[in-house]
Amino acid sequence: MTSTSVKGAPVRAVGTKHVRVEGRDKVTGKARYAGEVPFAHLAHGWLVLSSAARGRIEAIETEPVLAMPGVLAVLHHGNALRLHTDFVGMLGTRPDPTCAVFQNDKVPHVGWPVALVVAETPEQAREAAEALVVHYEQQPHDVEFTGGDPNAYPVDGHMPAVTDKGDLESELAASAVVIDAEYTTPEEHHHPMEPHAATARWDDGRLELTDSNQGATWVVAELANLFSLDPESVRVRSEHVGGGFGSKGVRAHQVAAVMAATVLQRPVRVVLTRRQMFTLAGHRSPTIQRVRLGADPDGRLRALDHRALSRTSTVYDFVEPSAGVARVMYDADAHHTENQVVRLDVPSPTWMRAPGEAPGSFALEAALDELAEKCGVDPIALRLRNEPEKGPVSGLPFAGRNLRACFEEGARRFGWAERDPRPGVRRDGRWLLGTGTAGASFGAGAAPSTATITAQADGSFTVSIAAADIGTGARTALTLVAADALEVPTGRILVRLGDSAYGPAMIAGGSMGTRSWSWAVMAAAGELRERLVPGMEIPPQGITVRSDTTEAIAALARKERHSFGAQFAEVAVDTATGEVRVRRMLGIFAAGRIVNPLTAKGQFTGGMIWGISMALHEEARRDTVYGGPLGADLAGYHIATHADVPRIEADWVDDPDPEDPVGIKGIGEIGIVGAAAAVANAVWHATGVRHRSLPIRPDRVLTAVRLA
Amino acid sequence: MKEFTYQKAADVPGAVALLGADPDARFLAGGTNLVDLMKSGVERPARLVDVRELPLDRIETTADDGLRIGATVTNSDLAAHPEVRRRYPVLTQAVLAGASGQLRNMATVGGNLLQRTRCAYFTDLTKPCNKRDPGSGCPAIRGEHHNHAVLGASSHCVAVHPSDMAVALAALDGVVHYETADGPGEVPIGWLYLPVAETPHRETALPPGALITHLTLPPSPVAAHSRYRKVRERASYAFAIGSIAAALDVRDGVVHDARVAFGAVASRPWRARAAERILIGAQAVTETFGAAADAEMAAARPLAHNAYKVTLMRNLTVAVLGELAEEAGR
Repeated sequence: MTSTSVKGAPVRAVGTKHVRVEGRDKVTGKARYAGEVPFAHLAHGWLVLSSAARGRIEAIETEPVLAMPGVLAVLHHGNALRLHTDFVGMLGTRPDPTCAVFQNDKVPHVGWPVALVVAETPEQAREAAEALVVHYEQQPHDVEFTGGDPNAYPVDGHMPAVTDKGDLESELAASAVVIDAEYTTPEEHHHPMEPHAATARWDDGRLELTDSNQGATWVVAELANLFSLDPESVRVRSEHVGGGFGSKGVRAHQVAAVMAATVLQRPVRVVLTRRQMFTLAGHRSPTIQRVRLGADPDGRLRALDHRALSRTSTVYDFVEPSAGVARVMYDADAHHTENQVVRLDVPSPTWMRAPGEAPGSFALEAALDELAEKCGVDPIALRLRNEPEKGPVSGLPFAGRNLRACFEEGARRFGWAERDPRPGVRRDGRWLLGTGTAGASFGAGAAPSTATITAQADGSFTVSIAAADIGTGARTALTLVAADALEVPTGRILVRLGDSAYGPAMIAGGSMGTRSWSWAVMAAAGELRERLVPGMEIPPQGITVRSDTTEAIAALARKERHSFGAQFAEVAVDTATGEVRVRRMLGIFAAGRIVNPLTAKGQFTGGMIWGISMALHEEARRDTVYGGPLGADLAGYHIATHADVPRIEADWVDDPDPEDPVGIKGIGEIGIVGAAAAVANAVWHATGVRHRSLPIRPDRVLTAVRLA
Repeated sequence: MKEFTYQKAADVPGAVALLGADPDARFLAGGTNLVDLMKSGVERPARLVDVRELPLDRIETTADDGLRIGATVTNSDLAAHPEVRRRYPVLTQAVLAGASGQLRNMATVGGNLLQRTRCAYFTDLTKPCNKRDPGSGCPAIRGEHHNHAVLGASSHCVAVHPSDMAVALAALDGVVHYETADGPGEVPIGWLYLPVAETPHRETALPPGALITHLTLPPSPVAAHSRYRKVRERASYAFAIGSIAAALDVRDGVVHDARVAFGAVASRPWRARAAERILIGAQAVTETFGAAADAEMAAARPLAHNAYKVTLMRNLTVAVLGELAEEAGR
């Protein structure tokens, strides 16, 4: 095993601000994204999606379309290659059948891929795809997501579905104060600025995919499995990725592109449109969450019960594990959490920024706020009173839990001490003002990765790792990590990533990317430094070492490892019009060693802005009669605009873990966690009205005030 | 995307001649709505006649001291014009409340008036829509309609008109001027948009092939003291869920003159004449403003999920007229 110690390495690059190393290429257009890379003899595929909500394909009229100008092929269930789908992938999940395209005649939802039209130009492909007539045998469908569905069932996902400790009903009965409330969040979508795009081509028996994804290793493994190929014969590249947010794994367009390239034996590109992304890129399920809290008069929790229901498709079990966050945040004598799922005739959901924690923290942290009100205890004091000594469910020690420091620093900077707890008493013209807070956490995991570093004869170092920079600044972060580990200036480091040829590596996901990749880079650097004797001559081919962190990660002690945070928001509410405006936000995080403060701030504030969207704007609408999305574009699906985003500050407290060989925790997800709850709690403080359903739209504010 | 031909018109008669009586031809100005509709397949024109560079981009004072606004004036230029800002502030505010800076730089006055509804059923070819496909039905009535009409709708269509600018123009008694092969014509903005009735696909009173050339605004002393307020689901780049254009002339605590129009409540900008009748001659107090709103909204026929608009329009009316009255009293 290689040494992973960085002891004695003076901190030079890590911890200081650095602009993105590829920033100039991106703003000048030199950086090419997947859909822009040119290929000779490129053909273009256009997906045809189902307009039926449930049923089967009776017939596809391919002949008229094949006669249209430029059309090369129409792939569908009647002629498609057979795929192998019985496998468990790199992330421990089975393939979503939505991606294993054209394998049968079943249609499980609106927007299901039923055919791919391939033509010489994208315009020809699109026109032909729109002209393709598909006959469906339609069956009754159900897309209505409601609580109390008798068909709901527990699903584990990336955590156990159910945890249970103590006697819940007894503790609730013995509690002086009880909160029992239902919270709902709507269907939400992640729309990276760069739509999904892939070009597949065969080159001398090898499959090459130029793609936009969150992990080349992952995509190679999935494609190799689906097409029964030797993984060594598949290469996936995604040099620049314009956002992912959980949506960019293997999706229908890559598989369709590979199929078409195989059939036509020429390069084929398939790009998703915004509208197609609403059904093919995954989304966050709506949730219905019931939270019951039982407490002593001083707010100490005796009972915590968090039950979350989410929705999935009829073809794939995906759970939005909203109840999971309670397993980390708060202890109680009786503690019950449960994630259930109901199957409906809708597209499969997927991971979306802080899966589970984002909606779960809204319900839990809003319920805590209600408990604070009912107990007459300050919301921060209530949380600190319930700080657990060890994992509430696991019983494991925390590898650092600096939530208290986050709240204390946040309270100081936000001016929390001056806050009047009474709701509905502050006014600025037509606006009622209020402030709110919420806690946050997200797991700090690591997964095995490999990295290669070559010491070049000119004194520079080339780092090669199949990491993905999906806009987060990972390439820059790894440059800083490598520079410090090798004790050289950043200018002597070249990081190459986004290519499966560099060997297996973790994906950019689960807030695990930078932590996992940095570990591999540091391990390789440590070994390389041992090999580089001062004064030695470096041969022209350089000196190369390769690391693999599998053993080191397995050797890590079992602990509760998480980032934590405290969110603060001030809002203004006009109860005459229902408008809610966030006036300022502050997030203080304990997230390990911060590699690049510049891009870290961007990650945190980006998540917090997403929290504003989640609290006030985001909501996908679905027509129950037709079963499909409504207003499926970025004019109809609202996210916060610049005008909705106030002064936002994000900062962090020291969060060292001497026992952790890298000390870096993920910061990708935690910015959104708790943010919507802080806004919702501030809306209550402004108006005296609790909003338990997101988003807090003007009509809901108007209606609630009228009922109050 | 369906292939189409593209022609650029040299002058107004040329543009009208190029379009002719062809039902598959469309004028293209800013393209901020038409091109979107072509991408989604709602519009599939065979020919586009580009009128953007026609010499219709001037704003001039008329002989009667009103204003003449060319049809290809961009929304941005209209909002920024000193005479508009000084004499018709409600118009500047309405235009700036719409779309985004980029869109306003492209969008024209004529195109703004003729933009189509953003009803999600209208813009989705997989769903029925009486406006897009007459006789196919209106799924919004029992479906998703929380931002649909509460006034002047019918059982055939409950879509709302999306323009902010047109709401201000309705309050200002703007007149739309157009050119046809048979010569020029004009129509007051209050008559431009046809009642929904059983024919929601017939949207305007313009003759087939007509090209809007300019608008005129009559001189309006009351307009100098006017305001537009828009409520939407985010602070920018969203269509109104309710808006008001109002002008108020208060003398000695009494409403001497008033103009009120509502947006996002009907298939057209809604001139609130019932409200105006209550206002003129009455005390400029909250009770009057509330009574005026109630008089106008008495005709409201909300659907299952948009009754909040009745409350919203009352609250907006009271708030905006109250602000205008307060400023007049200073």
